Amino acid sequence: MKAKIVITPKKAVLDPQGKTVQTALEHMGYEGVNDVHVGKYLEIELEGDDTEAWRPKIDEACHKLLSNPVIEDYHFTIE
Amino acid sequence: MRFAVLQFPGSNCDQDCVHVLGNVLGQQADYLWHKEESLGNTDAVVVPGGFSYGDYLRTGSIAQFSPVMNAVKRFANDGGLVIGICNGFQILCETGLLPGALVRNRSLQFRCEQVYLKVPTQDSPFTREIEPGSVIRVPIAHGEGCYFANDESLARLQSNNQILFQYVTADGEPTEEANPNGSLLNIAGICNEARNVCGMMPHPERASESILDEDDGLRIFEGMLGHFEGKPVTTEPEPAV
Repeated sequence: MKAKIVITPKKAVLDPQGKTVQTALEHMGYEGVNDVHVGKYLEIELEGDDTEAWRPKIDEACHKLLSNPVIEDYHFTIE
Repeated sequence: MRFAVLQFPGSNCDQDCVHVLGNVLGQQADYLWHKEESLGNTDAVVVPGGFSYGDYLRTGSIAQFSPVMNAVKRFANDGGLVIGICNGFQILCETGLLPGALVRNRSLQFRCEQVYLKVPTQDSPFTREIEPGSVIRVPIAHGEGCYFANDESLARLQSNNQILFQYVTADGEPTEEANPNGSLLNIAGICNEARNVCGMMPHPERASESILDEDDGLRIFEGMLGHFEGKPVTTEPEPAV
């Protein structure tokens, strides 16, 4: 079983990496790229198959360590 | 006065801090490994710059869970003096001892240069030896020094006079050109509401000796010493507005 966690910068936070990637995509000729946000993706391998038991623990870990709630949002799935 | 200079795996400004505090300021300065659970009988804590835990995940994010940081939190909450420099500032924000966070420089470049800092208030142990409104010169060296906080936190920092250092031109103007990393309100350093915890991106320990022709940074450490010794401030306090 795996937790798959996606962490993205909050909208209000300057995302210079996203802007740079967007500009590069535009230079490559991709039209209609409205915005790019660069974040992080984590996979955590978990023991057992009790997804509901893991959910609050993963949520807590995201809040305390894996993301910084001041600057980042996160969401995750366990499968 | 006894200073404890923390050492994490990847700290690299710890020796500079111990040198300045011991050999220039003439005080006792000891290294304290991050696995220690007690600060002993220290009078102030320095969280130095560097790349603790290789900046993995986020700058300062792993270091906040080192055993020594629990002791630092207790020390700070009891009113002890704590200064975090560069990576130390990032760690103090991650631990929640200071509001906000430091994110990637807007230019995406590592900036290593001298900057001018305006010191708006003398009302802190860290700035009490610096005339309010004056400009000091101290170097920076960081890739992730762009200060961010939400509007509410920024308003609180302003209304409580918690902004201790702002990037400015040599004439003291907080322009966009003078801002090396995109920090909101040109913030280079702040203190907590109780004014005993300071975080700053610039490196005062690299500008603390006249032989280097740069000693403005020493006034920050002198301020901590003067506060500890209970000396009166050397210049007139800022008039209440």
